[in-house]
Amino acid sequence: MSETIDEKLKNYRTAPFDARFPNTNQTRNCYQNYLDYHRCNKALAAKDQDQTPCQWYMRVYKSLCPMSWVAKWDDQMEDGSFPGKI
Amino acid sequence: MALPSQLGFQDAGSPLMEELLHFHDHALMVVFLISTMVLYIIVAMVTAKLTDKLVLDSQEIEIIWTVLPAIILILIALPSLRILYLMDEINDPHLTIKALGHQWYWSYEYTDYEDLGFDSYMIPTHDLTPGQFRLLEADHRMVIPTESPARVLISAEDVLHSWAVPALGIKADAVPGRLNQTTFIVNRPGVFYGQCSEICGANHSFMPIVVEAIPLEHFENWTSLMSEET
Repeated sequence: MSETIDEKLKNYRTAPFDARFPNTNQTRNCYQNYLDYHRCNKALAAKDQDQTPCQWYMRVYKSLCPMSWVAKWDDQMEDGSFPGKI
Repeated sequence: MALPSQLGFQDAGSPLMEELLHFHDHALMVVFLISTMVLYIIVAMVTAKLTDKLVLDSQEIEIIWTVLPAIILILIALPSLRILYLMDEINDPHLTIKALGHQWYWSYEYTDYEDLGFDSYMIPTHDLTPGQFRLLEADHRMVIPTESPARVLISAEDVLHSWAVPALGIKADAVPGRLNQTTFIVNRPGVFYGQCSEICGANHSFMPIVVEAIPLEHFENWTSLMSEET
């Protein structure tokens, strides 16, 4: 719990168990981490702070989400047509 | 893998499957004993030459054949619930793999560290080398380290499929737009076969699943090799 974010990122193995999504359906787990990554980037950029802590969310969504989903969402983000609220 | 005219389960490759196997043996033994006893009683009654015309009721036997079945049901329910809860235990996986169903092949993605993904097509019968299994072999296997809790997230890119490996006690539907999680540990090195378990079109029977479990040191060599290849 007292690990710094850098240590956590360095020791990252895979997405840990998330108590918010304890069941078989992990769709929301993947989507939530994708949203959180972009929201974190946006929030920290607005405050002109270092965006390293946001890397955690990126590692998690990369572990969980199929590459085709990520590619599609990234394209939508570029177009400005991503349906989620960032 | 399954053998021709096989009756029982395949040898277990994971602790959960071992539990299921033993439970099945226990429940089936209860079923056989009850069936044998009932069959014996039927034969005995049908072949009996004499009949007692004055038997009306019997409190003792009524009690026995109410209490005894209740006890037997409890003896079946307790191990069953134990396994049910064992399946739901929280485990922290060491790696995450995605298995995506397509018409008509599986693709596997290992994206914990880098974007490694590859397709796994069935080897056609005329391309098999001697010793390989018809309709079960695939060109690229899903490789996994032994003794490591693994999480597999299953989904589909077009229609419904289902990812099943009987020797590991796994079956989960591949639903487009949904990620279904299954976690397991493979306790011995080996090759475990499965087949798509949800009708998905013309080649539904020809998209097998092959899981190869190897020790961790060799797993790391394999991932480097696959990354270079793809």
